[in-house]
Amino acid sequence: MSDNSTVMGAGSPLSGEVLPPVKTKGRIGEFVSKFCRQRMSLTAAGFIVLLLLIAVFGPFLTPYNPDEANYEVLMAGPSADHWAGTDEYGRDILSRLIDGTRLTLAVSLSAVFIAAVLGTILGLLSGFYGGWLDRLIMRGSDVLFSFPDLLLAIGIVAILGPGLSNVVIAVAVFGTPSFARIIRSVTLSAKETLFVEAARSMGAKNGRIIWRHIFPETVPSIIVNVSMKVGGAILAAASLSFLGMGAKTTEPDWGAMLSMGRDYLSIAPHIVYFPGIAIFLTVLAFNLVGDGLRDALDPKMKN
Amino acid sequence: MGRYALQRLLGVIPLLFVVSVLVFMFLHLIPGDPARLIAGQDATLEEIMGIRQQLGLDLPLWKQYVHYMSNLLSGDLGNSIQSGLAVTDMLMSRVMPTLWLTFLSMAWALLIGLLIGVVSAVYRNRWPDYVGTLAAISGMSVPGFWLGLVLIQIFSVELGWFPTGGVDTWKSYILPSITLGMGIMSMLARYSRSSMLETLREDYIRTGRAKGMREYVVIGRHALRNSLIQVVTVAGLQFGFLLGGSVMVETVFSIPGLGRLLVDSILFRDYTVIQALLLIFATQFILINLIVDLLYGVLNPKIRYSS
Repeated sequence: MSDNSTVMGAGSPLSGEVLPPVKTKGRIGEFVSKFCRQRMSLTAAGFIVLLLLIAVFGPFLTPYNPDEANYEVLMAGPSADHWAGTDEYGRDILSRLIDGTRLTLAVSLSAVFIAAVLGTILGLLSGFYGGWLDRLIMRGSDVLFSFPDLLLAIGIVAILGPGLSNVVIAVAVFGTPSFARIIRSVTLSAKETLFVEAARSMGAKNGRIIWRHIFPETVPSIIVNVSMKVGGAILAAASLSFLGMGAKTTEPDWGAMLSMGRDYLSIAPHIVYFPGIAIFLTVLAFNLVGDGLRDALDPKMKN
Repeated sequence: MGRYALQRLLGVIPLLFVVSVLVFMFLHLIPGDPARLIAGQDATLEEIMGIRQQLGLDLPLWKQYVHYMSNLLSGDLGNSIQSGLAVTDMLMSRVMPTLWLTFLSMAWALLIGLLIGVVSAVYRNRWPDYVGTLAAISGMSVPGFWLGLVLIQIFSVELGWFPTGGVDTWKSYILPSITLGMGIMSMLARYSRSSMLETLREDYIRTGRAKGMREYVVIGRHALRNSLIQVVTVAGLQFGFLLGGSVMVETVFSIPGLGRLLVDSILFRDYTVIQALLLIFATQFILINLIVDLLYGVLNPKIRYSS
């Protein structure tokens, strides 16, 4: 226990569990049937598919032009014409929510994707080669873990300046160490398996062993951790936008919409309610899917 | 135990060092000349040179770091760029609201989280479990700042029960701590559920039931007490979350605490204050984790012998 002498690292102990390697091939069917047995997660997955469709086809679905101001219906509550009411410029909130789905999902998914790629590479290298490289990478992630998530993101945005692309970088940076740690420990156990030893005895090079034999073993953990992290990423991005460090107020980002609506809370609370509900349901769906995936992919939870 | 504690203590020192270097570098990582940033846009060249000399920005980096650290250790965090006040004094006046807020949030989150977790575990796969699990996942998914705004709208604006912000009375802390504690409560509920489920499978629980102990004694005295260790540990580790969350909650409820100060100083580009706050938050977080780790070692002998 030279490297992991801490009981639980500084990060959140629930955010991602280390899964034992699962053979991916031939088990996909089993996984699908297990996942489908969990009705809540399945419903949530359906909701996410719907959101993705909305993100892709958004411009065709909006009942109004999301950027068009209409000064005759300023801050009108929900009605037959405007299901989610209008905002302080008379813009249709439902249309802006639909339009903003793309931006909100793009920001959080790309941040988590970057974190997953970086973290996986670092984790594979760290676990496979060990030695000083391992120590360097793990100490580096210790340092990142010593800043609370959101504060680290705020610090990074303070350096880089506000804007959505910097939010992506900030969220990706605080997501990377958790991937690195999880993938490292999967790599450590996969390294000791017989098939890796067989590959090595047949003269396979390190790069090939990592890519062809160890990486596939880490895929279930990557998938689970991605789905668990997306919710947090959406919340973090929305928080930064709310603080005025993310999306510009003109962009139809859910967090930014909420932030704008704050000034009119007492006269037109619906401007705040609807973007918040959109964020809440989306994060909830990702968390439920993450739970379902973990249960389906983790043999410990088989019962 | 002594060796374990020493190992953990020594492990923290390099971490603190690297964090202090990073925080020190913060001023230099911002694009642009720090002296110019501090002097402001309209400053003359002489003013900028003056500031550079005054802050020692013309020295080599390592000397600047030594200078920074020796000031730091004597409690001098520099002066605010915005107001010129000593940063240490600014922080001191802001500490109490944040401490109260985090303390109250943690207290209710721990109580309710444990309650939900225990009930879920005892009624596993029955409706109280489903309700508890759904409540926990929902609490984890709700954006804190939004929850705060909704609570303000309902309980302050509509019903008028609580003030909309500030820290004038004890009532001012109720809505903010509900908001801040929600995420942790959910996490603790889920954690205590799984920890209770594990404990309930132990032999001594079966023994207790076999010898005819009442169920509430089995649950309360034996199962709960044993899973409590882990839950409290997790609660300790979640303080970092509260620190991050306090930034949002203090902004929503206009609480003059450290989190609000961070947001304000970022908006005003008050870099010395940002630097000090990042250092304080990170140090606090590292030390809390250290304490939790050590406590866990005291409570759970398995850990200290394996290291």
